[in-house]
Amino acid sequence: MLRRATRRLLLGFGIVLFVVTATFILVSIAPGDPARLWVAPGAGQAELDAARQALGLDRPLPVRYLTWLANFARGDWGTSLVQQRPVMSIVADALPHTLLLTAASLILTYIGGIIVGVIQALRHRTALDTGLTVTTLFVYGMPAYWLAIMLVLVFSYAAARYGWPDWIRFPALGVTSLDAEFLSPWGRTVDRIRHLALPLVTLGAIGVAGTARFVRGAVLDVRNLPFVRTARAKGVSQLAVQWRHILRNALLPLITLLGLSLPALFSGTVFVEVIFAWPGMGRIMVDAVAGRDYPIVMATTAIFALLVVIGNLLADILYAVADPRVARDGHE
Amino acid sequence: MNSLGQLLRDRRATTGLVILAILGILGLLAPIIAPADPVVQHDVLRTRFLPPFATGPDGNLYMLGTDRFGRDLLSRLVYGARISLAVGLLSVAVSVGLGAVIGLASAYFGGTVEKTLMALTDAALAMPRLVLLLALITLWEPSMLLVVLVLGLTGWMGIARLTRAEVKGLMGRAFVDAAKAAGIGDVRLIARHLLPNAVTPLLVAAALGVGNAIMLEAGLSFLGLGVPPPAPSWGNMIAGGRDALVNAPWIATFPGIMVVLTVVACNLLGDGARDALDPKTR
Repeated sequence: MLRRATRRLLLGFGIVLFVVTATFILVSIAPGDPARLWVAPGAGQAELDAARQALGLDRPLPVRYLTWLANFARGDWGTSLVQQRPVMSIVADALPHTLLLTAASLILTYIGGIIVGVIQALRHRTALDTGLTVTTLFVYGMPAYWLAIMLVLVFSYAAARYGWPDWIRFPALGVTSLDAEFLSPWGRTVDRIRHLALPLVTLGAIGVAGTARFVRGAVLDVRNLPFVRTARAKGVSQLAVQWRHILRNALLPLITLLGLSLPALFSGTVFVEVIFAWPGMGRIMVDAVAGRDYPIVMATTAIFALLVVIGNLLADILYAVADPRVARDGHE
Repeated sequence: MNSLGQLLRDRRATTGLVILAILGILGLLAPIIAPADPVVQHDVLRTRFLPPFATGPDGNLYMLGTDRFGRDLLSRLVYGARISLAVGLLSVAVSVGLGAVIGLASAYFGGTVEKTLMALTDAALAMPRLVLLLALITLWEPSMLLVVLVLGLTGWMGIARLTRAEVKGLMGRAFVDAAKAAGIGDVRLIARHLLPNAVTPLLVAAALGVGNAIMLEAGLSFLGLGVPPPAPSWGNMIAGGRDALVNAPWIATFPGIMVVLTVVACNLLGDGARDALDPKTR
């Protein structure tokens, strides 16, 4: 168990290193000169050279790479070329927003997805199952950015135009209202939740649809396996068979799915943050990429990779806890 | 041919195929079907933001309305099908090719080759794809070729794993040993015996991949990093519609429906094909 954990940790570390290195190389060989961002527009060659020296761009690539890596590991992530602020503080501002959004949507995805999928499997081949299958198929096929726009269209614009009541009318932008500081503590909490609603529903709806599709299939697969038949033959009650035998085994792969679905979740988050002006990691990354703000591009890429690796490690540990066979025999 | 028959008997697969065929025909015959030029702008002030089924000042019927430059939305949707489907198919061709080679090589040679290639695959899988796409695309000038390459180069990992698993399963089988005993070469063994037997799951993965690639292309276009305007792509149409969401909600709505329809068709085809062609569920 310990050896396995160590191996996984080393592998995760290697993956982060690989991602960071690949990004560094990509950024370095891309056309466009970051020094141009540093100097005033129309600056001469001498100023450009001075800027290159100040940014360390005049040194050979391997040296730059190792210096950057050493600084990065020590927590010195450089200064944003555009905002002229330490990257670390920009990221520290943005990360909690992204974590809140992704964690909330993961919880919604799993609870909602399991409920819908299990209902479908238990009501297999009924009108309810068919209806939910078609619905999840379409929702799963929706691009996050489009679903987000459609939700804004209905629950912000149409709701405002036709004067819908507050509980089906949500803000389209930002994390808090402009006047949030003047609200009572309770009012501020409600305000934050209302701002979270549309971004969360966007990510959550797509997640629920995907998870439900998986759960339905998994439960239907397990339903006819020999050990379920044995349990039924022994006279175990229907409810116990469903909960203890079918669900426990069908839902195990969901833990692995958790790790595998993280990259897609972060991709969706990027779009959702852009549309809802949610000041998280995805948004600052898109801005940084558009503005060629390399230190931020590097930092955000590294953090997304790190989050994915940590998520996979957690999924691994969870799996070992949930399925004792893994910890005992070291099955992959 | 037997497997094709199996496929056509699956209702989901045929539904998906029919939808894709219609979209493909729309794209191919775009110059004939589209009622107007997708790019040309007429009298912008008088023809922009016309709602669906409006008759323009020129007496033409605009079935799906016009965008903020007065361009016919229906024509742009039809031409957009060309670009979206082409990007989807080409990029998946790249990723299936690359993934198959990597998967085959690691399963066939094993040992260090396999360990290295699979570690590389795992590392690539850990990168959020959009993050990688963003980094790659903005660093170079956006173009359709770049989008295809970048989507292809970031989508091969699942295919590589799948191919490896399939081929590894085949390696111990008697017909492979027999072919080896008969003195067949590596290349011939791979091309004639291993690849054809591993192709079905690859096709399923490819069908699912096309939908995903179309969705991502539209996403990149939405961020202004995909197929550059004025060429119509569903993604940049959605992006254009977002700016006029209050006054002209139809502009963002219709191209999104096209994306959803295409992705749903690809998923139907992929799901149907998996169930129809997988010997375990047959």
